[in-house]
Amino acid sequence: MTEPLLRVENLRTYFHTAAGLARAVDGVSFSIARGETLGVVGESGCGKSVTALSMLRLVQPPGRIEPGSHIWFEGRDLLSASDEEIRRVRGNRIAMVFQEPMTALNPVFTVGDQIAEVARVHDGASRRAAWDRAVDMLSLVGIPSPRDRASNYPHQMSGGMRQRVLIAMALMMNPALIIADEPTTALDVTIQAQILELLASLQQKFGTAILLITHDLGVVAEVASRVIVMYGGQVVEEAPVRSLFAEPGHPYTKGLMQAMPRVGMDRERLVTIPGTVPPPTAWPSGCRFRDRCAFAWERCEREHPGLQSVAPLHTARCHLVDSGGDDSASSGGDTRRRGEGARP
Amino acid sequence: MSGGLPQGGGQRAPLLQVRDLKTHFAQRLGLFGRAGAPVRAVDGVSFDVFPGETLGIVGESGCGKTTLGRTILRLIEPTAGTIHFDGVDLLALKGSALRAMRRHIQIIFQDPFSSLNPRLTIGATIREGITVHKLAEGAEVDIRVRRLLDEVGLRPEYASHYPHEFSGGQRQRVGIARALAVEPRLIVCDEPVSALDVSVQAQVINLLQDLQRDRGLTYLFIAHDLSVVEHMASRVAVMYLGHIVELASADDLYVEPLMPYTQALLSAVPVPDPTKRRSRIVLTGDVPSPANPPSGCVFHPRCHHPSRDAACERIVPALETKGTEHLVACIKQPPTSIDWPQQQRAGAVNPAARYLPIAAIAQRSQS
Repeated sequence: MTEPLLRVENLRTYFHTAAGLARAVDGVSFSIARGETLGVVGESGCGKSVTALSMLRLVQPPGRIEPGSHIWFEGRDLLSASDEEIRRVRGNRIAMVFQEPMTALNPVFTVGDQIAEVARVHDGASRRAAWDRAVDMLSLVGIPSPRDRASNYPHQMSGGMRQRVLIAMALMMNPALIIADEPTTALDVTIQAQILELLASLQQKFGTAILLITHDLGVVAEVASRVIVMYGGQVVEEAPVRSLFAEPGHPYTKGLMQAMPRVGMDRERLVTIPGTVPPPTAWPSGCRFRDRCAFAWERCEREHPGLQSVAPLHTARCHLVDSGGDDSASSGGDTRRRGEGARP
Repeated sequence: MSGGLPQGGGQRAPLLQVRDLKTHFAQRLGLFGRAGAPVRAVDGVSFDVFPGETLGIVGESGCGKTTLGRTILRLIEPTAGTIHFDGVDLLALKGSALRAMRRHIQIIFQDPFSSLNPRLTIGATIREGITVHKLAEGAEVDIRVRRLLDEVGLRPEYASHYPHEFSGGQRQRVGIARALAVEPRLIVCDEPVSALDVSVQAQVINLLQDLQRDRGLTYLFIAHDLSVVEHMASRVAVMYLGHIVELASADDLYVEPLMPYTQALLSAVPVPDPTKRRSRIVLTGDVPSPANPPSGCVFHPRCHHPSRDAACERIVPALETKGTEHLVACIKQPPTSIDWPQQQRAGAVNPAARYLPIAAIAQRSQS
């Protein structure tokens, strides 16, 4: 099996705050293959955004990536790379698309200037050449009359257009990986449909891998080939997308699926997950979900569960899986696999 | 479009009756305040809400759904039209009569962080309505506050705590208790769960349904999330650029959406089932500005109905009956009151023809 494009190994990002040590990301491991879309699902405070920021070393104090964490990308560990090296990776080999397209753009520069800047910084392109490339990118992401639009300021554009601008900026250097943090959450559904379609078509064209962070299981089901579910700063389930929806292994994943009203579902009472996510300064002992879990028993309090095999390439961090299924495939806490889930 | 709207509820009298409601905002352009074209946030909306039902209002940003909710509460004054609540003309009320009426119509806001006063304990927030409307006195007030907290699933001791001590879901429960404190009959729920995480959202949805059952409440449920609205509402109105473009029972709307805009909206909802790949109607472009809405049918520049033609640019479609209690504003979905000669005079080349693309239809799952 070939080396994955990116491999995160035991990533721990802690915030050393006055209120105590917040273990926002606490031992996260996963990998992304070239050209695949990995969905990262979880609710507020699960650590999904901090994971993304850590991957580009954008965590600000009091946050700190703890020793022993590794992010392998194109043959080196980004966490031990020099500042100069990491600058050459950011925006060039790994690009990021943020949730709020208004705050991610600089209001005092035209969108053309902002896209062109990427080429000027990373390629040393001339002002004119960079501007021409920016116009090409705007046309590629489906902005009508791109030559005129390049001279617009962000406030002159709608939310959907601004998100297209951010995607154009991310794609400028033809990166190997795009990290998209809730790229459609601020948008209306019809605009979301446009943006998801655009991402999928660009991915096909350029073979870019996408790490898609979202709270929306519907979005994940439509665009991801593989999914990791996060809770309490950890990966609690990892699976090919079909396997995850067919056979969710973790009670939290099941709960999320049942709690979500869907169009076409019978209008019965929604199944809820009781309680709320605990603060990252006080994760419960043992299983971090046990306070809210209908199936928790004494072992869940005593022992922190490792990732157990549910099905081929499908693992869940739950003692139930361990005691219920066969244990031949589980090997302690690290049954991480590589490879792409089947994409229909 | 005033008078008898042919819609749900049979012979029952509506609790809320809205007719031809318009809320326009004046725009000042430039330094010297040149008057610009008004923003037509709500532009001729009519509907009824019957006692005990939930009417859902769906639409995307800028469609006017929030302005509509606030106009009904008279937090914003309308430009034209009428609003009757239980037979009383709300727009004719002033001073103390208006304040007394406010008790019967309450609102739950979207953002549980900004809708509570950070300097008041949640007990004080809930108590305010009870004392203003003189619903109880002395120790009875505190008993009511504690009972309300218990009813929305919060511990009665929380009355002495401040909003910052609570999570988003808990704050939304406080917002619900605050609305319930004055024993309203109608609650306008303006995106009550959209700021909440999925697991907490389900808790609040269930709470709203329990309260409706126990107290016989009527809801006007405004949301952009079509799945949440389908779950909550018995009837649904779809808004686009200040107009209601479709109004039907939730069952009909999601199975047989007839307005091409509704069809696109439904097809855009991501389905949390990777084995189902639906084709999708992707609308081109953005929603036009409500200060300068398109002529004729406001949806015509983005419409995908195969019969769309020049007549759609000239004829303003009325919200009319296309099926049992199913109202749609489209002259190309039969039956229509704009007959073929009339359409031809407006430049039509394509007669009305029923159009229901597969992508639009919600598959009723067996689960």
